[in-house]
Formats: sequence, C-alpha cells, structure tokens
Amino acid sequence: MSTATKARPTDEELVRLAQRGRWLVLSTVSRKKAGHIGGSLSAMDMLVTLYFDILRRDPSRPDDPDRDRFILSKGHNAIALYTVMALRGYLPVEELDTFDQGDSRLQGHPDLLRLPGLDASTGSLGQGLAVGAGMALEARRRGKDFTTFVMLGDGEHQEGMVWESVACASRYRLDNLVAIIDRNGLQQYGWEHDGGPDSRFDRLDPWAGVDLCAVYRGFGWNVVEVDGHDIPALRGVFSAAKERRGSNGRPTVVMATTNKGRGVSFTEGQYKWHNGVATDEQLAQAHIDLGMDRVEAQ
Amino acid sequence: MTSQREAWVAELIELAGRDDRVLVLDGDLGTSTKASDFAAIYPGQFLQMGIAEQNLVGIAAGMASLGAVPWVATFGVFLTQRALDQVRMLVAQTGANVKFAGHYTGLLNGGSGKTHQDIEDLAILRAMPGMTVIVPADGAETRAAVRWAVEHTGPVYLRLARDSEKEVDTGGVLQPDHLVELRHGKDVTVISTGVQTARTVAALDLLADRGVSARHLHAAFLKPLSERTVVDAVGEATEVVTVEEHSVRGGLGGLVAEAIASIGRPIRVTRVGLADTWSESAPNDFLLDRYGLSPERVAERIQAAVGSPLGAAT
Ligand SMILES: Cc1ncc(C[n+]2csc(CCOP(=O)(O)OP(=O)(O)O)c2C)c(N)n1
Ligand SMILES: [Mg+2]
Repeated sequence: MSTATKARPTDEELVRLAQRGRWLVLSTVSRKKAGHIGGSLSAMDMLVTLYFDILRRDPSRPDDPDRDRFILSKGHNAIALYTVMALRGYLPVEELDTFDQGDSRLQGHPDLLRLPGLDASTGSLGQGLAVGAGMALEARRRGKDFTTFVMLGDGEHQEGMVWESVACASRYRLDNLVAIIDRNGLQQYGWEHDGGPDSRFDRLDPWAGVDLCAVYRGFGWNVVEVDGHDIPALRGVFSAAKERRGSNGRPTVVMATTNKGRGVSFTEGQYKWHNGVATDEQLAQAHIDLGMDRVEAQ
Repeated sequence: MTSQREAWVAELIELAGRDDRVLVLDGDLGTSTKASDFAAIYPGQFLQMGIAEQNLVGIAAGMASLGAVPWVATFGVFLTQRALDQVRMLVAQTGANVKFAGHYTGLLNGGSGKTHQDIEDLAILRAMPGMTVIVPADGAETRAAVRWAVEHTGPVYLRLARDSEKEVDTGGVLQPDHLVELRHGKDVTVISTGVQTARTVAALDLLADRGVSARHLHAAFLKPLSERTVVDAVGEATEVVTVEEHSVRGGLGGLVAEAIASIGRPIRVTRVGLADTWSESAPNDFLLDRYGLSPERVAERIQAAVGSPLGAAT
C-alpha cells in the first residue's frame, strides 16, 4: 500500500519510461539474441502505466498478500515485463543482461519460482486468464480488496481455453478481474494480407471478421476500448476498471488497440518482428526513432 | 466395502469441517465422483466450474496461490489428456498446492468405453517432474491418501477407481517411496498397484492352491518410488511380475523394469496390464477377463512365468 503515499508520476514521465523500456527491450534482445520484440513494444505503454501508476504493489514486498496481481498471459513478452520491473525497482537494470542465460532469474518465459514479484508462470498461451480468475475468486472468498489484471494477446484468443475462462469469470461475477487485450493486429505468422478491410499492417488481423468487443459483451463483460499507446487515456481506463470492483459483478476487458513493434520505424506493423535481432545499424536507427537522446538527457 | 470415490468424499467432508482452505472444484461430474455429497454439506467450499477442464485447472492454480487447497475433481482421463498442458505448466512447474482427484480411472468406468478409460495416466504423470502420484488399493487407503495429500504441500494426483474391490490389509502404512509387503513367498515376486492389488491378492490365493509360493508387494505411491526402493525390495529374486489396471507401457511395469535394468542382474520382469491396445465398453467381469486383469487371468500369467526357463519371454 506504499504506492498510495507516493506522488503519481506525470504523463510525461510515463512516456519517457516507456521509451526507455522499448530501448532496453530492443537492445537486450539484440545483445542476447533471444526474445520477442513486437508484442513487447506494443505492450510497453500499458505495462509502464500499470507498474508505475495503477498497480498497488511495492517492489520491496513482492509477496505482500494484498498486492494487486498482474499476470502476463502472453508470456513470450517476458523481456518487456522484466524491463518494467527493473525500471520499477524489482531488480537491477543491469540484470536484464542475464536474460535467457544459464542460472538467470530472467527465464525466456516468466517463472515465478525464479523471480520474486511474478504472480504466475506463463508461456503456453491461453492459460493466464484462468489463473487470474482463480485469484479473483479466492480473493473474494477471503475478503481481500485487491484487483487482478491479466494481459493477453489478440492471437492468444484463438486458444479455446481463453473462452472457458471468459465464461467462468462472467458466471462468477468477477468484478475484481480486469483483462487487458494487446490488440496489435498481428500474431506470429497468421494469415496473408488479402487487401480487405480487416487487414492490419502486413498481415490479416487475428480476429478479422469477428467483432471481439461484441463477443466479450455477449459473455457479459464490461468492455472498454482505448488506444493502447495513449498513456493519459490508459491511466483513466485502468483506474476506472479498478473502481468497478465490488460494483456490478461484471469483469472488465480493456480492448487496447496497439501497433505491434510500436515506436521503432522498422518494426512497426511488421509480423516478422514478432521476434528478431536488430543489427547495429538498426539499433542506431531505433535510438533515433525512440528519441533516446532526449530521454537519456532527462 | 466402500468405493474409492465414496471414501474420497467422506474424508474430504471430514477435513473440510476443520479446514476451510479445503475446496472441491467440480468439472460437472459431481454426481459421478460423489463431489455432490460434499457440495450438499459445504456449499461454500464447493465450486462448480462447468465442462471446461483446462480452465478448471487454471482456476485451481490461481486459488492455490492465495493459500487455498483446491481438489480438482473430474475423470482422470480429462485431467491427463484434455488439461495436461495446464497440469504441467500451471501446477507441476510452479509446485502449486493443487490436488487432483482422477476419478473413474482404468478400465472399469461403468460402461463408458475407451473414450473414458484412463489407461495412460500413470505413464504420463510419472514422467512429470514435481508431481506426486498415489494409487490407493481400497477405500481405507484412499482416505489415508486424501489426508496425506492435504498435509503435503505441492501437486498430488490421486488415482481413483469407480467401483469397489475387496479391501486389502496394507497394515495402515501409507508412505511415499515405499512398497508394502502383503505376502511372503519364494517362487516369484509380484508387485501390484491400485485396485488391481485386490485382484492380485485373489490371484495369489489361487496360485497358493496350485503350489506356487508368491511374494506380494503393493505400491501405493508410484511417484515418488525410487529405483533404489524397487531394487532393494526385489532383493535376490529373479522372477518379477508387475500387475496394474493400466497400459503395460510406462506405468508400474515400466517403472519396475527401468529400475531392474539399472542393476544389470538377470531378472525377468513380466508386465501384466493392458497390452498396447484400446479397450471397449462392457460389464466389469467381461473386461477384466478379456484384457487379462481378472484373478484367474493374472494367476495364469504368473504361473506361466514361473514355469518357463529364464531367458524366455513370457
Ligand atoms: C499454446 C501455445 N501455442 C503456440 C505458442 C507459440 N507462440 C508464441 S507467441 C505466438 C503468437 C502470439 O500472438 P499474440 O497473442 O497476438 O501476441 P503478440 O502479438 O502480442 O506478440 C505464438 C503462436 C505458444 N507460446 N503457446
Ligand atoms: Mg498480437
């Protein structure tokens, strides 16, 4: 509960943190030659907003039973989560260099047995929402007042298990559960661009032809749409979602429209940058794209 | 004679009264598994999760992370086949304190046939690091296993049968990595597990009348059950037979064969169980006879092993 006493960061501070996070993701992945870039960059503004403004969590007490929970169900973007946790003080920023190396706490996919501060182990897609719903259920049984946030990918929603959990959360009226969809319009490979209205970027949207918001609404969820890169808007939407706990019995989904590979000219909207290793020249370009000179001067 | 499902729910009803961490999460099979008896007494500790086994396992992992002790109750086949990835990543790989009640395992599931017959679960879960696998012989051992599982922190799979078998006198001992000696004998060492132990007791009674002296060991824990324990228990024997209501591949028979291979002594291991085949729906007696698990059929296999020279396949 210590974050309540801290002054809230400004929007500008959050924007700078997100740019710094993007740079750390891209440079770490390129140095270690491992990790997923596109979805890490699309999720970065949301992760920074959550960890620096929304989640009631204290890095010095990672096991606090009353902390808000956060599950990165799209666990392939572990490097984005580790980066934001490092910026927030859960681990030294230098430790990012151990990512995916032997004996590291920073496994290729989040491993809660290795790194304090992780609330779930993920990697096999589709499973995080069920765990979050279980936390929300038990929180209610124990009279706990925290909120559980789960971030999923849009491609990940092709997993049938996601829909089992969507139905279950509604049935149990889990208004202490918030799903966040990083709707970046791409998955790993997906479908070829067909020139139609459902094609986003260089491939077809994972949910082309389906009104995902209406589907969630049909399942009884409270649906909020937002630009996943608009930090002031995200702050408002996430805060409001938290406030619905104990209100109307509907779980909330934040449908965040994002750009996969956001912020770096050569990765934006490119399915091939789902994962990848940037060359030195590309890193130099990214440094410029992200305005790192300005960010680092602050 | 109490069936294992009745024993399971009776023990849980007893524990839940003094421990509100204990929950039952149902996959819409409460009337089969007898979880309905629990729901009637402890509605606040019973959660219906519907026909969605993957979510069921995930919910349990989430609840366990806050200190609950959830029992996931469905047919074993749906845990180890439909929800295996969830069992693996969310429970075994995190050490989550989730208990799995795998009901209606083996061949005898009330006539449901091969879709529901769980004949590979032991092979699958025995290969899974971090899992504990208990295969009780009867109702009394089931109750002890439920108590043990709740006291133990970490994942447990409890393999349960639908129908009751004769009770087995295991001496009230239930401990991991242990084989209980049920009978002394010199011609052959027979190791069995689960409800097949009662049928093996009957088979060895038949053999005693036919002049075969068999030693009998019962394995309630298939995991942990170390190679050392198996090798020590086998001792100087050269003729070993395993018996289980499970495929002969990868379960108790696989475990014993692996252990014995590691010592490089000439010992024959005859694995009695379901050959590499699917079964079918039929009355219990028909299935046990057809698939070689009735006392008479088990006795025949053991007698054939004892009567053939070492070096020959049985
Ligand atoms: C069950 C499972 N199947 C396949 C994969 C391999 N995989 C990793 S990421 C990915 C694409 C995910 O797309 P999306 O959910 O849209 O994530 P994002 O675009 O945010 O990276 C796939 C297929 C996996 N990790 N888990
Ligand atoms: Mg995507």
